[in-house]
Amino acid sequence: MTFSPELEARFAKFLAKYPADRKRSATIPMLIYAQDEVGSITDELVAEVAKRVGSTPLQVQEVVGFYSMLHKGKGMGKYHVQVCTNISCLLVGGAELYEQACQKLHLGHKEVRPDGFVSLEEVECMGACSWAPAVQINYDFYHDVTPEQLDKLLTGLLAGKKPEEIAEVRKVSC
Amino acid sequence: MYNQPSPLEVNVLTRRFRLPNSSRIETYLASDGYKAFEKAIGMSQDEIINEVKASGLRGRGGAGFPTGMKWSFVPRQSPKPKYIIVNADESEPGTCKDRLLIEFDPHQLIEGILIAGLAVGAHQGYIYIRGEFRYLIDVMDRAIDEAYARGYLGDNILGRGVNFHLATHSGAGAYECGEESALLESFEGKRGNPRIRPPFPAVAGAYQCPTVLNNVETFCAVPSILLNGAAYFAGLGSPKNGGTRLFCLSGHVNKPGVYELPMGFNLMRMINEVGGGMRGGKKLKAVIPGGSSCPVLKADECDINMDFDTVAAAKSMLGSGGVVVMDEDTCMVKAALRIMRFYAHESCGWCIPCREGTTWLRKLLQRFHDGYGVKSDIVLIGDLSKNMLGRTFCPLGDAAAMPTIAFVEKFKDEFEAHLDGKPCPYEKKLVAA
Repeated sequence: MTFSPELEARFAKFLAKYPADRKRSATIPMLIYAQDEVGSITDELVAEVAKRVGSTPLQVQEVVGFYSMLHKGKGMGKYHVQVCTNISCLLVGGAELYEQACQKLHLGHKEVRPDGFVSLEEVECMGACSWAPAVQINYDFYHDVTPEQLDKLLTGLLAGKKPEEIAEVRKVSC
Repeated sequence: MYNQPSPLEVNVLTRRFRLPNSSRIETYLASDGYKAFEKAIGMSQDEIINEVKASGLRGRGGAGFPTGMKWSFVPRQSPKPKYIIVNADESEPGTCKDRLLIEFDPHQLIEGILIAGLAVGAHQGYIYIRGEFRYLIDVMDRAIDEAYARGYLGDNILGRGVNFHLATHSGAGAYECGEESALLESFEGKRGNPRIRPPFPAVAGAYQCPTVLNNVETFCAVPSILLNGAAYFAGLGSPKNGGTRLFCLSGHVNKPGVYELPMGFNLMRMINEVGGGMRGGKKLKAVIPGGSSCPVLKADECDINMDFDTVAAAKSMLGSGGVVVMDEDTCMVKAALRIMRFYAHESCGWCIPCREGTTWLRKLLQRFHDGYGVKSDIVLIGDLSKNMLGRTFCPLGDAAAMPTIAFVEKFKDEFEAHLDGKPCPYEKKLVAA
């Protein structure tokens, strides 16, 4: 299986982090970064990671099944909208935002639009409790999200825009 | 920073947060950066550990175990390599402080890790960062690169014969991996199931080698202890609770945010003076004082000092510093249900009392909130919870059971108001308004 030179360089860095006889430690970092490039955790990817870290495909498969950010099958959309409804977000409208996203996108929990551009997930606490309600699109955080801001974001995404092109709403970090 | 500061804050760990380019090594070095580490190089292992012990620093991840004592459990004579592992898998609902400590001052964390390495004789460290915090992995990687370039990491550091290597490690979404033994399993590339203890990580941690495992905030407190002395740090807080704490105020307050306050700061003052009081002038109903695993406090129990011992005496926990404030319009059944949905989702399935208990409790609470509860369910919820306590490898089972017991015992009238097909009285109120 071939990856981009950037990902190969990252893999090499990962494998060098751990003691020589402990390459298996690189399993989860390799899987999550590879998923970003490949789109999902495919059987081929599992076999490739297993080969590189010295595990069996079964050992990697059981890891994949455990972690909620690793998606098998077709994976999530290019832009994965994650709305937190856990306690701090719930108290200030997180559940209503999730409901709004479901209706606007015509999607349910962990569903993907037919064109594969946008997907939706109701997520557990993402560590933004003091700036709730919070939304993450892929790895970018949006804090203190209002229904109007969410509507603008989702309208833009449905029109095929990237989140960074939706000028009215700014992500907060990086 | 994502919120305005409060004049009541005592900025120790956060003192560089508002400096321009606070995450860069130049900024850090210009404000006492790595001076504590240089001081520690000249100290013996016992001297460092005794200083941390005398500071009264207790684990900021939630359990509040004395940090110096934890470090002293690492065997000196072991022939195995020793490891320092940082728990940056911040995922306790209500908690959002470690994010800031990494984003705005990553070198403070590196310095704390280096000092821990000296204290126990470790030469390798890893920072386990939750997968959702991808941008923090980038911040941390850049800081690590800077520290290598300036000779604060690597071999023969500062020409003083000290070797220490450090790397980040990404998680992939699992609350359970914030528990120390599950984190170690995950770090080794496995499912994040917990390990039975003893042996504790100090003796058999990463790769079955002696390991110091602490929360981000715990390591970040160490440089200021070494630099300013144990007495200074201990004096900031209340007896046996040294230092400050990053409290994460969320929910129905006017000014939610992360505030660094002395240990033992009064909870009502935190809500009214730091947090700007209740949103919309509503009445306070309840507070979860330290993240979702901590038993809820009723409004009349909230006039307490926020340190480990005082909150424990009030039959709750200081936990991870996530203070969730709920006003009079909050349905306690709904709050209990949402928290249980979380634990049922996050239970790793390793121990049956937790796997089955959380799922049954979720179903019972859901039925209750839907208005189909029966009176005997109230007793059943309590019984189920009590049967989970202490019967699992890790504290996730307890973390699910303890708040549930408190919700049912303290707000029994609200549970009764949902009985026999009655719709949730709070949802009705929302619709009417």
